[in-house]
Amino acid sequence: MDFDFSDEQRQLKDSIDRLLNGAYGDLNKRVGYMKEPTGYSANLWRQYAELGLLGVPFAEEHGGLGQGLMETMIIAEAFGRALAIEPYLATVVLAGGALRHSGNATLLGELVPAIVEGKLTLALAHQEKQARYDLADTATTARSDGKGGYTLEGEKCVVLHGDSADKLIVSARASGARAERKGIGLFLVDAKANGVTRRGYPTQDGMRAADVTLSGVKIGPEAVVAGPEKGLQVLERVIDEAIAALSSEAVGAMASLHEMTVDYLKTRKQFGVAIGSFQVLQHRAVDMLTALEQARSMAYYATMMAGEADASERRKAMSAAKVQVGRSARHVGEQAIQLHGGIGMTMEYKAGHYFKRLTMIDMAFGDSDHHLRELAKAGGLS
Amino acid sequence: MDLRFSPEENAFRQELRSYFRSAVPEAIRTKVNENRHLTKQEWVTAHQALHAKGLAVPHWPKQWGGADWTPVQHYIYTEELQFNGVPQPLPFNVSMCGPVVIAFGTEEQKKRFLPRMASLDDWWCQGFSEPGAGSDLAGLKTSAVRKGDHYIVNGQKTWTTLAQHADWIFCLCRTDPEAKKQLGISFILIDMKTPGITVRPIQTIDGGREVNEVFFDDVKVPVENLVGQEHRGWDCAKFLLGNERTGIARVGYSKQRVQRIKELAAKVMAGDKPLIEDEHFREKVAAVEVDLKALEMTQMRVLAEDSKRKDKLPNPMSSILKIRGSEIQQATTALLMEVAGPLALPYQMDGEGAMHGSNEPDDNDWAAPAAPTYFNYRKTSIYGGSNEIQRNILAKAVLGF
Repeated sequence: MDFDFSDEQRQLKDSIDRLLNGAYGDLNKRVGYMKEPTGYSANLWRQYAELGLLGVPFAEEHGGLGQGLMETMIIAEAFGRALAIEPYLATVVLAGGALRHSGNATLLGELVPAIVEGKLTLALAHQEKQARYDLADTATTARSDGKGGYTLEGEKCVVLHGDSADKLIVSARASGARAERKGIGLFLVDAKANGVTRRGYPTQDGMRAADVTLSGVKIGPEAVVAGPEKGLQVLERVIDEAIAALSSEAVGAMASLHEMTVDYLKTRKQFGVAIGSFQVLQHRAVDMLTALEQARSMAYYATMMAGEADASERRKAMSAAKVQVGRSARHVGEQAIQLHGGIGMTMEYKAGHYFKRLTMIDMAFGDSDHHLRELAKAGGLS
Repeated sequence: MDLRFSPEENAFRQELRSYFRSAVPEAIRTKVNENRHLTKQEWVTAHQALHAKGLAVPHWPKQWGGADWTPVQHYIYTEELQFNGVPQPLPFNVSMCGPVVIAFGTEEQKKRFLPRMASLDDWWCQGFSEPGAGSDLAGLKTSAVRKGDHYIVNGQKTWTTLAQHADWIFCLCRTDPEAKKQLGISFILIDMKTPGITVRPIQTIDGGREVNEVFFDDVKVPVENLVGQEHRGWDCAKFLLGNERTGIARVGYSKQRVQRIKELAAKVMAGDKPLIEDEHFREKVAAVEVDLKALEMTQMRVLAEDSKRKDKLPNPMSSILKIRGSEIQQATTALLMEVAGPLALPYQMDGEGAMHGSNEPDDNDWAAPAAPTYFNYRKTSIYGGSNEIQRNILAKAVLGF
């Protein structure tokens, strides 16, 4: 048992913190990045590539750094503190994870070097409107052409960074009923391919997403990322890693927001004194700290368990983490706005943006209630 | 960072588990798991079974019977002890007074008190709270006036847990009434057989008699029973209370109780199906399990941090363990009462801790302690520094208010 980072991990943390402190220190810079054509900073994306961040989880034989979930945690937490909006989760964790866990060596060899260099962005197009948080619920169809290729037909929604991605990894059903576990494949689709229509939009938390329509999109056998026999298993692993990363991102965001709030309480004066001298407000700041630390503990737990081979143990652990992180995120976010008073309600102040990101993290890949239900159904943690 | 236990640590856990299960009588462990009150003899039997293997005071220095373990081993020990229903080695001896004597006492005091404290040949109790000094402990009034080579102690202590069994009491007494609040207090050890001491039981809302009032009427105490410097007893008190916070999360007991809730809820019927199949109930249990896992991980983090601290001062983050630990204990006792449902009603506990109900003993006797335990566990957010005091500590020491 050891909670310390290795020297390399500490260096990684320092270098990314240094970069992001400069790049995101001023909220106006973030607003500037949002106005770029892709909705994020192309320059920063290049710098992430230079730092090696984009190759972290990929194997060395494919051109990656061969690092693990712990490094992803460090990066995600830094993103959370900075409120960074670049498509790290979309490209590296989600779509990159789908490539890694499918074990498709040809595609990995072909795509990873470009991802690592920052020249290729990806998005995972899985969410559908009717599915809510059921990962198996996939109405989009993949009709086999009998020669190993498929024709894709259907609609995906809220595809994170789907409007700027160069390529999409699309989930589609080759067989079975709409919510059946079997029969879902993952397919690589060029974002500009015939039959792909994307409608992009900004999201509540300052990022971007897209609704994607696939109509008669033809792909060859080389574009099958994971066949219908294992697509859902791959998706589940990927989403579990995404939950671990999002948990860490939430911890970073909560920590910064809590720090801001405590600073505010110490400086804001009313009735001739700093409002932080009032016990009722101190205790609320303490309750936020407790919520933050419980979430941090569960983010560590999620990071540890995201690599667990036993799928049912892994899923239970991720659900438990998501319950805690979601509840803590909502608590810390709501309290931070209340304790800031009016200034917390304004777009020009950072607290509200943390609050919005934290709220959206709770809604991503199953909110607290969803995961509590899943955990209870699975018999609980012990 | 690696949050897994090593094979050696897992072997250590197995070894402790089998010892606990073989050496501590099952009847006692069942009583603990069911939250029934133990007799003095049962406390002593369990404590001495641990002491026989050097497991009563593993956190003490080796010289005084300690085990020289890593923080992880201490953690595993506490968890296994609690999970298997082993009563804690008497906390007043091993976690409260012992460490104070070790840190502040003279060599003579150590030799005289520590061995009998470790073996529970002497039963100690804690004389801190007074009717007028609860959260504001430093407002205590019990006086110790120096007369030659004795102190004359007068006053009243309250909430003195298990004083009815005690041979000794460690007391905070005011030795300098002129000094500022915290500066005139001394830490004094008093033999309970000394003339002038009266113990009066207090019955709590669960019906039990764990706590007492202790009255001191011109009690003569030799000056050699002063621990640390005269008037500097507050240092001992702060040290002691800091130690108390880390043990107070009681993760293992809560884990055991959650397991019991699940087992019982699988048997208790709610209509045509077992209660555990009720979605709402099941989610409430799962929510407590999540809280408990988060607490467990936080406890390990605090432990890991503590093992690197050089100052040995209490880690203020342990206040989070106290707050969440007590809240989770309360949540589990509420859930257990919910499992009992209407069967929780017909019982009354007498002063000796025995249950009297129209259904006992029969198949439902497991339900007897459910409501009393729920009522009793409201204490957990009050004692050991109330949860509001813990928030004050965190606000000051961690957030810098």
